Amino acid sequence: MSLLNINTKLVRRILVGFLRDEILKVGAKKAVLGLSGGIDSALVCHLAAEALGSENVYAICMPYKTSNPESEAHARLVAEASGVRFSVLPITPMVDAYFEQLPDADNMRRGNKMARERMTILFDHSALYGALVLGTSNKTELLLGYGTLYGDMASALNPIGDLYKTQIWQLSEEVEVPRPVIDKKPSADLWAGQTDEEELGFTYREVDELLYRMVDQRAGVDELVSEGFNREFIGSIYNKVQNSHFKRRLPVIAKVSGRTIDRDFRYSRDWGK
Amino acid sequence: MDFSVAMLQIKPKLGRVADNLSLLKEQVEMAIEQKADLAVLPELALTGYFLKDLVPEVALGIESPELAILKELSKRISITVGFVEVTSDYQFYNSAAWFEGGELKHLHRKVYLPTYGLFDEQRYLGRGDRFRAFDTKFGRVGLLVCEDMWHLSAPYLLAMDGATTLVCLSSSPGRGVDHGELGTATAWHNLTTATARFLTCRVIYINRVGYEDGVAFWGGSHVVAPSGEIVTAAPEFEPSLTLARLVEAELRRERIASPLLRDENISITLRELAKIDRERGC
Repeated sequence: MSLLNINTKLVRRILVGFLRDEILKVGAKKAVLGLSGGIDSALVCHLAAEALGSENVYAICMPYKTSNPESEAHARLVAEASGVRFSVLPITPMVDAYFEQLPDADNMRRGNKMARERMTILFDHSALYGALVLGTSNKTELLLGYGTLYGDMASALNPIGDLYKTQIWQLSEEVEVPRPVIDKKPSADLWAGQTDEEELGFTYREVDELLYRMVDQRAGVDELVSEGFNREFIGSIYNKVQNSHFKRRLPVIAKVSGRTIDRDFRYSRDWGK
Repeated sequence: MDFSVAMLQIKPKLGRVADNLSLLKEQVEMAIEQKADLAVLPELALTGYFLKDLVPEVALGIESPELAILKELSKRISITVGFVEVTSDYQFYNSAAWFEGGELKHLHRKVYLPTYGLFDEQRYLGRGDRFRAFDTKFGRVGLLVCEDMWHLSAPYLLAMDGATTLVCLSSSPGRGVDHGELGTATAWHNLTTATARFLTCRVIYINRVGYEDGVAFWGGSHVVAPSGEIVTAAPEFEPSLTLARLVEAELRRERIASPLLRDENISITLRELAKIDRERGC
């Protein structure tokens, strides 16, 4: 049995309760999220529909012209299965308008711009509907930094940020995410044929086993090597986690006063709630 | 005597003392209506848990008007409740009070303040320095606040001081989802049942529910008989008022069947601890 196995019924209960409690207590009752056609946002969509009622969940699919048409079809499938409100808002005009002025931009800059364009749309709809933006980043990509800062990493609440991709697959079975969405290869869908695992150079299952031992169980390098993990692989993953740490923190504030935000001015986010 | 306890498994609002006081009053009134003799409320029921810099803002003196309301209610039902206490010299404690018959019967200041993992209590709070049992309508009682119970010596001292009922007020964050049961629930069940059995005491465990910054407090309050059996349990994760009956004859029977406390030898413990203390050079 894999170390990554979870009690999916229990996790479902905790996450549904989380969404309901954290949204209702700030005086909202609705949520908005970007539905890409991938498994992470599909799972969040199902959990949100269960927590808030499907009529209170707005799912927006925001394809770019190079996105795989299958993605939009899958997003639609998820919206139908979960019963949420669904709309499609292509980002091609905005993104193309920008890069017409900067035509030399590489794929990474273009991908980041797309992610941030989608973020501005979600936060605009947050204001439009009085709905909180739900994050859809999982623990694997948060730890590896495989996401765009202030893009897909931006949200008000993230129900799945403490679940590895391997666990996302398990929980998606439990909440009955449509089969084609569970079975397909994960992809950031920035260009045709892109897959996460090819781009990263390892499989999610491999890296999740390592991350779980390294992060959750704080295993040392020698211990990991003795368990059969490759030393270079361990080193490269450790570096990825370290070098992307800035993405998981608020911007650094230069301290000059006696009480600086987040250093010695410390309150929970749920202060007064 | 036999008595009925109402486990008030509530969801406090973080830093909202007035709102929480209203909630507590309402819950205690319900417990009175349901003919309970004792109302137990969780750790920091008046304030919420992850207070950080809110500690001085939500702290109450033991003579404060807020606590006076609960004290007054205790003419109708015994009450134990967790709150942030401020002393006249501005020390802050994670405290549990026991009100009965319109009086403060006992005040326990949490001794073991967890400061590791997701906990940071010692940064914000002062440390209590004693475990003392006290007399109530229901016999001798010992109070523990959450982490206190994870230190074997704490319930041991209370039992040695004559407590036959241990009440543990908790704000326990749920975590560990890789087994059948929630990891934290398994750990607490092991702890409360083993403690009851070792000390032939009844254990009342009261935990809160609700979320703070993504952390789920798991509830699951329960009562353990001196035999180590869980006799009544509240639901997990949901607010509830759960009644349990504690029967004096069960305590008597268990103490006759397993006279562990009669045979416990304080002198050996003291002598050996003194030796260990000496040798460690503490």
